[in-house]
Amino acid sequence: MIKEIREPLIFEISAAGKRASELPPLDVPAKKDPLPGVPLRRELEDFPEVSETEVVRHFTRLSQKNYCVDMGLYPLGSCTMKYNPKVNERLSAHPAFAASHPLASEDLVQGSLEVLKKLERFLCEIAGMDAFTLQPAAGAHGELAGMMLIRAALEARGDARKYVLIPDSAHGTNPSSAHICGYTVKEIKSNERGTIDLAGLEKEMTEEVAALMVTNPNTLGVFESDILRIAEIVHGKGGLVYMDGANMNALTGVVRPGDMGVDVLHINLHKTFSTPHGGGGPGSGPVGVKKELVPYLPVPVIGEKGGRYALDFDRPRSIGRVRAYFGNFSVIVRALCYILSLGPKGVREIAEFAVLNANYIRKSLEGEFHLKYTTPSMHECVFSDKFQKENGVTNLDIAKRLIDFGVHPPTMSFPLIVHGALMIEPTETESRRDLDLFIEAMKTIAREAKEDPEVLHAAPHVTYVSRLDEVAAAKYPVLRWEKKP
Amino acid sequence: MSYLSLSDKDKKEMLARAGVGSTDDLFCCIPESVRLRRPLDLPPAQSELELVRTIDAVGAKNAYPGFVSFLGGGAYDHFIPTVVDYLSSRGEFVSPYTPYQPEVSQGTLQVIFEFQTLVCQLTGLDIANASLYDGSTGTAEAVLMAQRVTGRNKVVIARSAHPQYREVVRTYIKNLGVEAVEVGYGPDGRIDKDALGRLLDDATAAVVFQSPNFFGVIEDVQALSDAAHARKALSVAVVAEALSLGLLEAPGKLGADIVTGEAQSLGIPVSFGGPYLGFMACKKDFLRQMPGRITGQTVDKEGRRGFVLTLSTREQHIRRERATSNICTNQALCALRATIFMETLGKQGLRELAWQNAQKAAYAADRLGAVPGVKRRLTGPVFNEFVVELAKPWPAVDAGLKAKGLIGGYGLGAEYPELANAALVAVTELRTKDQIDRLARTLQEVLS
Repeated sequence: MIKEIREPLIFEISAAGKRASELPPLDVPAKKDPLPGVPLRRELEDFPEVSETEVVRHFTRLSQKNYCVDMGLYPLGSCTMKYNPKVNERLSAHPAFAASHPLASEDLVQGSLEVLKKLERFLCEIAGMDAFTLQPAAGAHGELAGMMLIRAALEARGDARKYVLIPDSAHGTNPSSAHICGYTVKEIKSNERGTIDLAGLEKEMTEEVAALMVTNPNTLGVFESDILRIAEIVHGKGGLVYMDGANMNALTGVVRPGDMGVDVLHINLHKTFSTPHGGGGPGSGPVGVKKELVPYLPVPVIGEKGGRYALDFDRPRSIGRVRAYFGNFSVIVRALCYILSLGPKGVREIAEFAVLNANYIRKSLEGEFHLKYTTPSMHECVFSDKFQKENGVTNLDIAKRLIDFGVHPPTMSFPLIVHGALMIEPTETESRRDLDLFIEAMKTIAREAKEDPEVLHAAPHVTYVSRLDEVAAAKYPVLRWEKKP
Repeated sequence: MSYLSLSDKDKKEMLARAGVGSTDDLFCCIPESVRLRRPLDLPPAQSELELVRTIDAVGAKNAYPGFVSFLGGGAYDHFIPTVVDYLSSRGEFVSPYTPYQPEVSQGTLQVIFEFQTLVCQLTGLDIANASLYDGSTGTAEAVLMAQRVTGRNKVVIARSAHPQYREVVRTYIKNLGVEAVEVGYGPDGRIDKDALGRLLDDATAAVVFQSPNFFGVIEDVQALSDAAHARKALSVAVVAEALSLGLLEAPGKLGADIVTGEAQSLGIPVSFGGPYLGFMACKKDFLRQMPGRITGQTVDKEGRRGFVLTLSTREQHIRRERATSNICTNQALCALRATIFMETLGKQGLRELAWQNAQKAAYAADRLGAVPGVKRRLTGPVFNEFVVELAKPWPAVDAGLKAKGLIGGYGLGAEYPELANAALVAVTELRTKDQIDRLARTLQEVLS
């Protein structure tokens, strides 16, 4: 990598007449006006014109400005940035799947339907649920679908109810998804352990409350030890328990949400099941349900008839489709491959070593960084910048300085209940060497915060750009390139 | 196959550092009564070679790739230049997350900025977001956005829009007090303008139409936009075949206020329906109501240009239940593919590709239309898809064509009972003249 490489926008290197593609000659007789009466473009104004060499260099250079999991530790808390096996990439692009059309008749796509059905079954076993839909395209999309299922089930019981309870430690998508499902959100305060306050829950849980949305382990990386009592309280008032399975990575093979009173949950295939994050998607957010909610699943449901897979559209109580076709299919293939590779022992090891690695980091950094909640950690630990603040150093400074040590920063934007949060999730695929590099970097930063805070304020020092002016970006939005007049 | 990276010695020493005797002790917070005390009931672990064989065997059960297919309907098989796969499979693009740390994500951020620019150029609108899940959820998001912008709770949606997109819209709005009324189509396959006039009122937030519509027919975007604007409603154009924008006038230049849709055509395989690439562009007045991530240009401390995710006060991680959408992860890798595709095709290539699609569809429409027992239906101008009605029931015709290795189209009867014996035929640049002629000949045999 060369720090000083500057790569212009493609539009800035474009020149009239250059091209990176050619088509075969048209092999049908050309009509002079195949679209009579339709307004056509004169040209694609200002669209780029470059050679193939230029395209390849452009994107190769741009790629070198990204940090990625293939380069090293990416401890972004709650995002589960684990290694993405390469064979899964190859198999997800298998021509038999890549070329298959979603509107083809069932008899021609039995293989694709088998992939879907198999993953549904595996997820049912891992999560302890009765059925899954793979249609949701991402975690938040799964939350929305899951809350719609709850609403439909409660409507069938006679009352959709008004409120949804969400702990103050929750990810922002939870309240947003509940809201789009037509519910009013009530926040539940966390107790001094960082978990749901049972007294508070008992007070808020009334017969007007449709559901509790709980992330378990929660965003502090803490397991809700009272989960059985929590489910009892919610069920006791006729409500349902929704579990945000974003942190399922901590539980696989150890405990199943369906065995602890969860009625509906979503799982992020791009977290627990190692499908790549792609710079921000595509993800996949399958939703699992208990029996009572099965009739409401999105259509179509994949059934089996005489050894053949068949699509069932005749589901009068279904919430309807949440997405066209069958979800993010090639992501689903990757997750299936992952589970097949790991087997029962390997799937349990996900949780075992994700939790071990997080606790190794926690024990190594306790004392150097402030830990607001000392409750045992599962797959992630949340420190804060409280000690470093005394020297004017913030979590942002710490994060940016980590970049200089070749490590991606942890999550800082939540949980909201830890001010100056540093939410660290190493995942199970890391080597001890990479964990130690991170620990050493953090210790060095803790020392620098006392001895040389300036070096932290000015970080990062090794990147193509230094800290960017995000305030100006929002205040004077420039959201596209435009030709200079 | 295990992907762990710890030696037995590491494990032992790390357990000691963590202060526990075994990995089991790490889960002390989980109530004993619910802990799983048996192995999961999953197949035994497979090596890479075994896995490849397993997936090959499952894939072999897909007969579809062995056919010559004329299926479209929102998913189109177009040629994908080699550089798209080559560049988009780089680990630096595949394995990072959402660019929350801009200093180490300039690659992804600049790609998104270029993507937003290209979407603006294609749609003729001011601003675009970083992507949405797909065309169907994009349509639903556009409906909710129109509701926020206008404060009105009714949308008129074209029956000629993709049936699955309309279903998704219905699912999304059900709990939000928004009503969607459908407007039918005329004999030319375009929206029935008289019916639209009757349905539009001062409570209407938007007219939502697809162009080219589900029948492949290009709507009169200007007239529909004018009708919407006359009632102070928004004009929302849905484009399920993004390649059409290479040739057709940009909807934004014909009055559309929001353009959303599906960009799968631009370098993304049909892949049994996903992942695809939703996109959305709008006039700049509506910027604060736009859902999803947006990348903006700024400068670093030394004044060098750089890119960041911006305007995030619209989004769920800041605004929580008051956000414009609950979307978080979107389709960045698919947006990368589309960006590489568009920049490779370029100004001339994209237009030529769209032109070839239109020419091939026109040829095929004439060729099939001349077969005895085949009648062109919904005869407005089309891009790369068209509707034919057959003298025999579609299932029988479909079976006859399949027996000869052809998938002639998508039967419309299930979703449009009035088109019981009609099929939607898509013709991309991948279909050769020989294949089109073969479809015509075989259709003649099957119908005679």
